[in-house]
Amino acid sequence: MKVIEISCFEVWREISNYIDEVVDPDLRARMEEHFKTCAHCTAILDGTKNVVKLVADGVSFELPEGFSKRLYQKIQNR
Amino acid sequence: MSASRPRIEVDEAALIRRVCDGDKEAFYELVKPYERSIYTAAMTVVGNPADAEEVAQEAVLKAFEHLASFRAESKFSTWVIQITINEARMKLRKARRHMYDSIDEVQSDEEGDYLPRDFADWREIPSEALERRELREALKRAMEALSPKYREVLILRDVQHYSIEETAELLGITQASVKTRLLRARLQMRDALAPGIDGSWVRGKPEFEKVRPW
Repeated sequence: MKVIEISCFEVWREISNYIDEVVDPDLRARMEEHFKTCAHCTAILDGTKNVVKLVADGVSFELPEGFSKRLYQKIQNR
Repeated sequence: MSASRPRIEVDEAALIRRVCDGDKEAFYELVKPYERSIYTAAMTVVGNPADAEEVAQEAVLKAFEHLASFRAESKFSTWVIQITINEARMKLRKARRHMYDSIDEVQSDEEGDYLPRDFADWREIPSEALERRELREALKRAMEALSPKYREVLILRDVQHYSIEETAELLGITQASVKTRLLRARLQMRDALAPGIDGSWVRGKPEFEKVRPW
């Protein structure tokens, strides 16, 4: 079966959905075909995947020290 | 993996009934498992720890006062985080008005296409690289540079791992908007972190190695 070609521009628009696996199978197949031959889009895909991983592993918000205690007191004083 | 999404097995309905009967301790018990999610949601919008704590406290107190109006068709955690995000947005709006008089937050939104600026190949970053302060700081700076509406979506999805549907519910936007904003946020983060940003760093130059913290 011949997969209909897709432009770089269309690939960029869907790249985040592609990573999240929320593109329909037909589009997914077209994107996969595109990645086989397009180094630019493959670089963008890899870079964006890296970002998702980095953000997941590297970003965290620690509770400030004493946060729970202060919150508890606020509730008690209400 | 982020530990920011709590798994709860307590009987929230029972706790809520106790709070409605005047038991403040029960309210703290109800909120405690979500403290971190609440704080993170506040941080997502306001971006600094002091304001985030204030927002978190205000949001929790607001939830306490309005608990009687909480309808069990949504999850308590969703409800309290929605309150937090609203509080945080209000705070941000007030601060902005104070600082600049008016900043048009509703600018063009995400509808315009964002084009990647950098095409350099990115080799995989080893996770050990995250132990390096430079990379963590680069990440932090890149996140801070995002406008709040993109940062919100990025953090809810990629840090807290809420689904597209949950993120839309929390932010009060459509799932299509979540997807478009997330695309923009991720591509902007990539451009900020990828070597060669602005075209000013050229592959192979010694400066290039310096700015690439991994």
